[in-house]
Amino acid sequence: MSGDYLGHQPELSLGEKLWQINWKLILLLTSIAAVGWTMLYSAANGSIDPWASRQATRFGIGLCVMVAVGLIDLRIWLRLSYPIYAVALVLLIAVEIVGEIGMGAQRWIDLGVIQIQPSEIMKIAIVLALARYFHGASLEEVGRPTFLIVPLLMVLAPVGLVMKQPDLGTALMVMMVGGAIFFLVGVRLWKFGIVLAGAAASIPVAWQFLHDYQKNRVLIFLNPENDPLGAGYHITQSKIALGSGGIAGKGFLMGSQSHLNFLPEKQTDFIFTMLAEELGMIGGTGLLLLYSLLIAYGIVISLRCRNQFGRLVGLGVSTNLFLYVFINIAMVMGLIPVVGIPLPLISYGGTAMLTVLFGFGLVMSVYIHRDIRITRRTMAGDL
Amino acid sequence: MVERDTDRYRSLTRRALMLGGIQAGLISTLVGRMYYLQVLQSDRYTMLAEENRINMRLLTPSRGQILDRFGVPLAVNQQNFRVVIVSEQARKIDRMLNLISEIVPLTDTDYRRITREIQRKRAFVPVTVKENLTWEQVTMIEVNAPDLPGVSIDVGELRNYPYEAATAHLLGYVGVVSESELNGDPVLTLPGFRIGKAGVEKFHDASLRGVAGTSQLEVNSVGRVIRELSRDEGQPGRDITMTIDIGLQQYTQDRLNAEKSAAAVVMDVHTGGIYSMASHPSYDANLFTTGINAETWEELLSDPTTPLSNKAVAGQYAPGSTFKMMVALAALDSGIVGPRHSVFCPGHMDLGDHRFHCWKKGGHGTVDFVGALKHSCDTFFYDLAKRIGIDRIHDMAKRFGLGQRLQLDLPGERPGLIPSRDWKQANLGKSWTQGESLIAAIGQGYVLATPLQLAVMQSRLVNGGFAVKPHLTRQIERGAGEQTAWPAIGISKAHLDITLAGQNAVMNQGDGTAFKMRITEPGFEMGGKTGTSQVRRITMAERSTGVLKNDQLPWRQRDHALFVGYAPINAPRYACAVIVEHGGGGSAVAAPIARDLLLEVQRRDSARGSAQVSRAEPVVEPAAAIAVNRGAARKVGG
Repeated sequence: MSGDYLGHQPELSLGEKLWQINWKLILLLTSIAAVGWTMLYSAANGSIDPWASRQATRFGIGLCVMVAVGLIDLRIWLRLSYPIYAVALVLLIAVEIVGEIGMGAQRWIDLGVIQIQPSEIMKIAIVLALARYFHGASLEEVGRPTFLIVPLLMVLAPVGLVMKQPDLGTALMVMMVGGAIFFLVGVRLWKFGIVLAGAAASIPVAWQFLHDYQKNRVLIFLNPENDPLGAGYHITQSKIALGSGGIAGKGFLMGSQSHLNFLPEKQTDFIFTMLAEELGMIGGTGLLLLYSLLIAYGIVISLRCRNQFGRLVGLGVSTNLFLYVFINIAMVMGLIPVVGIPLPLISYGGTAMLTVLFGFGLVMSVYIHRDIRITRRTMAGDL
Repeated sequence: MVERDTDRYRSLTRRALMLGGIQAGLISTLVGRMYYLQVLQSDRYTMLAEENRINMRLLTPSRGQILDRFGVPLAVNQQNFRVVIVSEQARKIDRMLNLISEIVPLTDTDYRRITREIQRKRAFVPVTVKENLTWEQVTMIEVNAPDLPGVSIDVGELRNYPYEAATAHLLGYVGVVSESELNGDPVLTLPGFRIGKAGVEKFHDASLRGVAGTSQLEVNSVGRVIRELSRDEGQPGRDITMTIDIGLQQYTQDRLNAEKSAAAVVMDVHTGGIYSMASHPSYDANLFTTGINAETWEELLSDPTTPLSNKAVAGQYAPGSTFKMMVALAALDSGIVGPRHSVFCPGHMDLGDHRFHCWKKGGHGTVDFVGALKHSCDTFFYDLAKRIGIDRIHDMAKRFGLGQRLQLDLPGERPGLIPSRDWKQANLGKSWTQGESLIAAIGQGYVLATPLQLAVMQSRLVNGGFAVKPHLTRQIERGAGEQTAWPAIGISKAHLDITLAGQNAVMNQGDGTAFKMRITEPGFEMGGKTGTSQVRRITMAERSTGVLKNDQLPWRQRDHALFVGYAPINAPRYACAVIVEHGGGGSAVAAPIARDLLLEVQRRDSARGSAQVSRAEPVVEPAAAIAVNRGAARKVGG
């Protein structure tokens, strides 16, 4: 480690870094989280217990983590990219083994104090690893199919493991984040065409490997009204809740579908439905606007960065957030099958929040260290 | 290198903006979807959400009471205490049921039903453990409440008939709704809802039932009630006031109890209001409201004395000599014979090669209308029938309400039968014979009448010739009086006076057939007519060896004893008809019952202070006491 790869700029002092903290980013994140607390307050029938208070605490902790991550030099993250990816992959394999022993779907590793969900770590790790891989790649290199074999395997390995858990939603997300980065670094569109065609061709084969409940979810998605009291119940009730909300909503704490428990999982995966029921299309669009601002801001920060790694990480994290938001909301509105992806920063639960805040910590780091240049070749040789 | 870096940056920027564009497009899709669901389809989903949220519950209306003419309740709603269990609160169901069974005995069937219901229903829905608890049991459970979590007492309504058997045939009973009775009225689908199955309960069911209230409840996804949004109490059933005097009704029922099978009607000759109507044997209608057991039901069904049938309206009997007034009036009205017409009775009348016997073997000698009624001389009426023919008798009987349903406000009324030439041709395909007219003239053969019809006939005979119709319930709203303006039958008063004189003589002249059974209290005197109708044919062979006495016959073959009467004699107000099935002679068996009933109704009337009894003219003292024995003698066919 020569130190040379850090470029020729002087180190930023801690004070300078603190001065550089992007408050707009924090404000946006906090605004969205605040919407979340409000909805959790409503979900508990007008009580901060048991959800809103704990969620706020988690957000506080998450925000600290985020700032801490943001203060760490981007080059250190660059150096840690592969190790983090490797650890995530090992953990995924470990869950698989524990899962085999436990004879069931296993997504968690219980460390006693906290439970780790390796698939969540992988959502960030894949961004870091791919950004690291493509950081030094020229357009010519990217144009070479052989150059893409390694990153493709980097994506497919975790996707396969996560799919086997089975966690279709996360597998899709990892795959799509990977795909997004491939797209960003300039992989030709026809190559995507080939992969998509291949994927389409393999659907009948893949169908065989799906679990019954996953098949069910897809079938029910295609026609939820067929099974209004069974598995299609969730989607049907969610659509009723949304639709009955109308433009202005039924009013805060007044959502009959949510409060009379017709709506399933209202504090987690279906929290957007409750928001749209109580606050109407105005509230729902408002929240989408906040998310859009956050995503767009992430893109802006990324493009202002002067090194490829930072750009790719920032864009990857933004895309990650977009995928969370889109998959969750499309799911509760009956546009895609129910896949169990929470609404980031709003759904009750710590894991997704931590993933997103950790990700935006990286974006923060990208922002703080935007002017740092990282040479490509030294990098490759150094690590 | 810098150039390549710039290329790469441009490429990345372009791709990033494209990706951003795709994301913006997808988010727009979400907004579009929201617009579709929340604006375009909003009405539909709002409706679905309301359907989800609101559960309509029907509130059982309280059933109207049935009261007697003085407001005494005959059918009431009793509190029905039920012990119910809520399984989610009780937790250990078996233990709870065992504890309950120490207070309220539970059968194996109960256990099975409760277990089944608990499994089928949601955990917060109360399940009935046992109904109709005694007050003591209720107290025991309430006292032990701390040891019985999830067990509680629930109050419902149970129909009760305090006068039991005395009112069973009038009131009928209520029962659970059967599949075929469902008519779309949602109240009928309420669990435990009961509707009238017989009697007044059935006839006035629509009024008694009331209108179900509704309660709009907000329920959650598993059906648990969160709160009541609105409530419409509905309308309780309306009370029905009957014309029945329960005191007299009980008296009547008790009076009939001495017989094996009998029926009686006492009614107002002017209004048509029925004071009492009884059919014996009866049953306790309360058995039906709590659920009758199969054994008792079988017993009631197979009883030869048909306790479930109201014989006062559904029993059809040959009226015997009580029919003779009809024949007399038909003859007088036809003008074929004059009021002074008389016939010599040698004890029989020959028609062709057939001999028609008078009930009295030696004959009555020369009798006129009054005498013929007084002695119930068959020959006299054979003679009239031969002269006037069946059709005139048929027409007259119809004018007095016989041979037709009288639109009584009670289900189960039967029409009886008054034959005519046309009727026989149409129904039996044979022509009428003169012999049949003779048989019909003494109320035998094809002629059938119900006790109710006989009471109405008697009323029309004594109320000045008005076509009064019977009824059991007064206008449902109190206050409106009973109808008294009935159309005139169109019989001359002079003719009616002849039958009145005849009926008076039956009771109050020493040689009348029922003199012994007369009312002697001044002012309460009655008139009447006895009847004995044969249920078997007496063969020539039997006649030659001597007709068997009724006592020697099996019950089923004995004669029916009938009586129609009225009182008081000078200003008739009450009419009465009595039938004692297979009871023997009308004068010996049915007349005393009618006498007691007519006496009782008048006594009750004056005791109530509403009496309009005329005591202006004391009844002529019967002339001869010698006739007493003969009057009480058994008659056959007369």
